[in-house]
Amino acid sequence: MSTRTGKQTVVLSNPPVAIGSAAIVGKKEGDGPLARYFDQIIDDEYFGEKTFEKAESRLLRDTLVKALEKCGKSAQDIHFIISGDLQNQCTAASYAFRDVQVSFIGIYGACSTMAESLALGAMLIDGGAAEMTACLTSSHFCSAERQFRYPLEFGSQRTPTSQWTVTGAGCILLGKQGNGPRITHVTCGTVMDMGIKDANNMGGAMAPAACDTILRHLQDTGRSLDYYDLVLTGDLGSFGRSILTRLLKDNGVEPEGRYDDCGCMIFDLERQDVVCGGSGCGCSAVVLSAYILELMNQKKLNKVLFVATGALHSPTWIQQGESIPCIAHAVSLENNT
Amino acid sequence: MSRKLTKHEYQHLVEKTMPPSRVLRNLLTAFITGGLICAIGQLFLMGLKELGVDEETAYMLTTVIMIFLGALLTGLNIYDKIGKFGGAGASIPVTGFSNSIVSPAMEYKKEGYVMGVGARMFLIAGPVLVYGIFASVVAGLLYYLWSQAM
Repeated sequence: MSTRTGKQTVVLSNPPVAIGSAAIVGKKEGDGPLARYFDQIIDDEYFGEKTFEKAESRLLRDTLVKALEKCGKSAQDIHFIISGDLQNQCTAASYAFRDVQVSFIGIYGACSTMAESLALGAMLIDGGAAEMTACLTSSHFCSAERQFRYPLEFGSQRTPTSQWTVTGAGCILLGKQGNGPRITHVTCGTVMDMGIKDANNMGGAMAPAACDTILRHLQDTGRSLDYYDLVLTGDLGSFGRSILTRLLKDNGVEPEGRYDDCGCMIFDLERQDVVCGGSGCGCSAVVLSAYILELMNQKKLNKVLFVATGALHSPTWIQQGESIPCIAHAVSLENNT
Repeated sequence: MSRKLTKHEYQHLVEKTMPPSRVLRNLLTAFITGGLICAIGQLFLMGLKELGVDEETAYMLTTVIMIFLGALLTGLNIYDKIGKFGGAGASIPVTGFSNSIVSPAMEYKKEGYVMGVGARMFLIAGPVLVYGIFASVVAGLLYYLWSQAM
């Protein structure tokens, strides 16, 4: 049974295992430094579908199928699919699984969705409600652009703090038993709004939420940051990463050497013209499920704190002059040592 | 956070540490791009006059040609790159106006010709049209009053 420790952290007494994973990405991500870790790289941004929205849905569905294939399971072994995305009303996920006869929990945590789904999936298993859960999320550059920015062919310049939405889907299958890294602790964040109104500065908006959740996790568990081989934020980008580093230092936590950000890892910031790096639900999802889990399975990393951050705004609220509320959820992944 | 920054302090920190816009580079590329587009327009104007087209028609035809070129380059996935390089230098000339109408038309074709193309075509150009027409009405009124008073 799960127990609570401190203000926001849940200790999983029988830590669920990441028994399988898969990640499918787009062409630009496939040109990046992590290319060889992905299961599939799609050159066609439509993925053989008629619209970008459908392409994103297919990304999700295919990623789940791939993850199941890799660990020899079938959809009927899954008790819950926990998934969400950036499209209005989370439709990429809902449409993706309309023909899959499995209980579906649709969630919206913006770019924190991967951590949110892992947290929920792990607690469901540890609480005895499921034997196996599928936690997955996606984003698509083109569907996100039309949701949050301008038409693709509109000629405009990006601001120096902007980021590039990752096209990709990542899936992690959690099981009660098996081999692989285990989710030992979950710290669900609170909604934080530090008054940033610039929707092109997600890193700056989300960094305080990441800082708050990391500090909360450390305080609740009594651990120091040194306990982890790697603290991994979702998509703060290079600017958000530098702000978070500074906020942590101001609070007496030294992140140097054991902190990185998925948004800075998935692209080559110098070469790939993405300004501050990658963003979107898919960003942290594919880096975690392809790259980080691989390193953990090879025992090159044994303790990872995965902290995915999300900006919980909509274009409507921003146009009405409101600032950006943000959230960060932390999931502690550990190998049995 | 245990050491709480106020919202104000945090916003100040973000503004202070944010990477700055490359103003000089942007000014220069906007100048070059906008200048080139206008020079091309000037060439068409002079060419048309050379062909014996009267002045008023030549101006009108030049605008039509530039709007067409903006739309064509948008359709060929080229104008967004010009816009990315040239910034305001690419969006202020009439080719940019054309780009701002054609790009949503292309993007929203999937939602159909009425609610997609029709409803969304002026997504970006709409404000320019609304306030452009409004300003011309005000200018016309002032001109009328001025000419009556003279």
